[in-house]
Amino acid sequence: MQKNSFLIIAIICLLFSCKQEHHLSKIEGKQIPVSDSIALDTEIDDFIKPFRDNLEKDMSKVLSYAPKTYHKKDGNLNTAIGNLMAHIVLEEGNPIFNKRTGKNIDMVLLNHGGIRAAINKGNITTETAYQVMPFENSIVVVALKGQQIDSLVYYLSKAKKAHPIEGLKLTLDKNYNIVEALINKEKIDSNKTYYVATNDYLYNGGDNMKFFKTNDTVYTLDYKIRNAMIDYFKKVDTINPKLDDRFTQIQ
Amino acid sequence: MKRRDFIQQATAATALVTIGGYGFSSFAAGSSTKKITILHTNDVHSHIDPFGPDDSRNANQGGVARRATLIENIRKENPNTLLLDAGDIFQGTPYFNYYGGELEFKLMSKLKYDAATIGNHDFDNGIDGLYAQLPHANFQFISANYDFKNTVMDTHVKPYQIFIKDGIKIGVFGIGIKLDGLVDKKMYKETVYLDPIETSQEMTRILKDQEQCDLVICLSHLGYHYSKSPEKISDLNLAKSTKDIDLIIGGHTHTFLPKPTVAQNIEGKNVLVNQVGCYGINLGKIDFYFDSDKSKSANGTSIIV
Repeated sequence: MQKNSFLIIAIICLLFSCKQEHHLSKIEGKQIPVSDSIALDTEIDDFIKPFRDNLEKDMSKVLSYAPKTYHKKDGNLNTAIGNLMAHIVLEEGNPIFNKRTGKNIDMVLLNHGGIRAAINKGNITTETAYQVMPFENSIVVVALKGQQIDSLVYYLSKAKKAHPIEGLKLTLDKNYNIVEALINKEKIDSNKTYYVATNDYLYNGGDNMKFFKTNDTVYTLDYKIRNAMIDYFKKVDTINPKLDDRFTQIQ
Repeated sequence: MKRRDFIQQATAATALVTIGGYGFSSFAAGSSTKKITILHTNDVHSHIDPFGPDDSRNANQGGVARRATLIENIRKENPNTLLLDAGDIFQGTPYFNYYGGELEFKLMSKLKYDAATIGNHDFDNGIDGLYAQLPHANFQFISANYDFKNTVMDTHVKPYQIFIKDGIKIGVFGIGIKLDGLVDKKMYKETVYLDPIETSQEMTRILKDQEQCDLVICLSHLGYHYSKSPEKISDLNLAKSTKDIDLIIGGHTHTFLPKPTVAQNIEGKNVLVNQVGCYGINLGKIDFYFDSDKSKSANGTSIIV
């Protein structure tokens, strides 16, 4: 009797399971490399082609020449590529700022992390500018009181990174304390207003640069950093950026 | 619920009978196996073409046209396949700067992606830039912890999507990373970030308890794990703080794993966590086998990674 009831239940169960109930019994997981041994899907490739051709036409355009390779890791508190980036923002940004306001940019501050690739020895193309600066960030000029400049300088002394600067000269001691900070070769005047060029990402607090928010005025130049680079490269036959003493530490 | 209880009882009975020595092999012949394949990518970052031959790390790797061939072959082998992306579709090559994500979405549509979640870089042209590309996407965007109610994305993103393949019910929900401090507020505008753990618990309640899904998948852009801030919410932390999730497909940290991770959830049950690096160099493939034969499934689920 007991055997029979077991059998009946078991049969019902099997009928149920065959028709409806499935249970997870096994999971197999792996990763497949998309390697060059896999054939191209020609339909997809043909679809990409016009986009690619249009892009390559622009990207391969030679704009300037790099006599050496410039990498953001080559240097302690300033790097040749960082100095170049800061210089480009000043040189290309200031004429626009001056035309609109009659004022001049006093200094430039960018961030080290924003340099996304090296400039390799050889031809500099449009693609180089896209590699170094893939983001769509634009130049902004922020009017900061001397007091805020002190916060900016303090930030740089604590960050211990080669954040690109121009116009500011900063010297730290071996414990990263500030020895001297000069703008346009003069001591920072706490009552004076300085015009600091940066990008909109940093202005909005990127890389914890909180000091930009306490400002008198912000001027948006509507000029992308990458476009400033492209414009600069077009003008300069051979770039020649150098490490210098703008941001150093006394050992 | 009643039927579930009955099946559980019946399973016990079968086990007893088997022990009793009754030959059930003749009945078992009527059993069937169903196979669901989940394919996934993350952080493709506009890498439409393969890396060039001179690239120092990934020479000749990746490329959408090759990924298409690979996916097509897998679908031929098993039509019951889902293709998912864990976000950061945008930003990384001039294709994005030039076309704003149009080509990325068009290609993903051609490859028949089923769903994608939203990564932080997908806001790089602002939420309006993302919205502008939506007409090119024939796949569903899913995010359960971004509340887009007061943005242009409202009604264009679902918290979860249920797919039925060969009678197997698969629930997929999306989880995004905290945007404050990572993305400019003027880019994400009024998007509200909700707690990932609480949101996931709500999702599993809906997908497992209400909808009775056979499989629950979390498509996450939280990041795999942060060794410098181990308490920060990540896929591994999400796995151990939740239940009823079978698979977490991750992104954001560009993590290359030697094999998928088997983590334990809050109930001590296994959760698979996977991420396949970045730039479309790899395709993740997870196969789930469902069996109707009780004596097999009573032994639990075997995981082969």
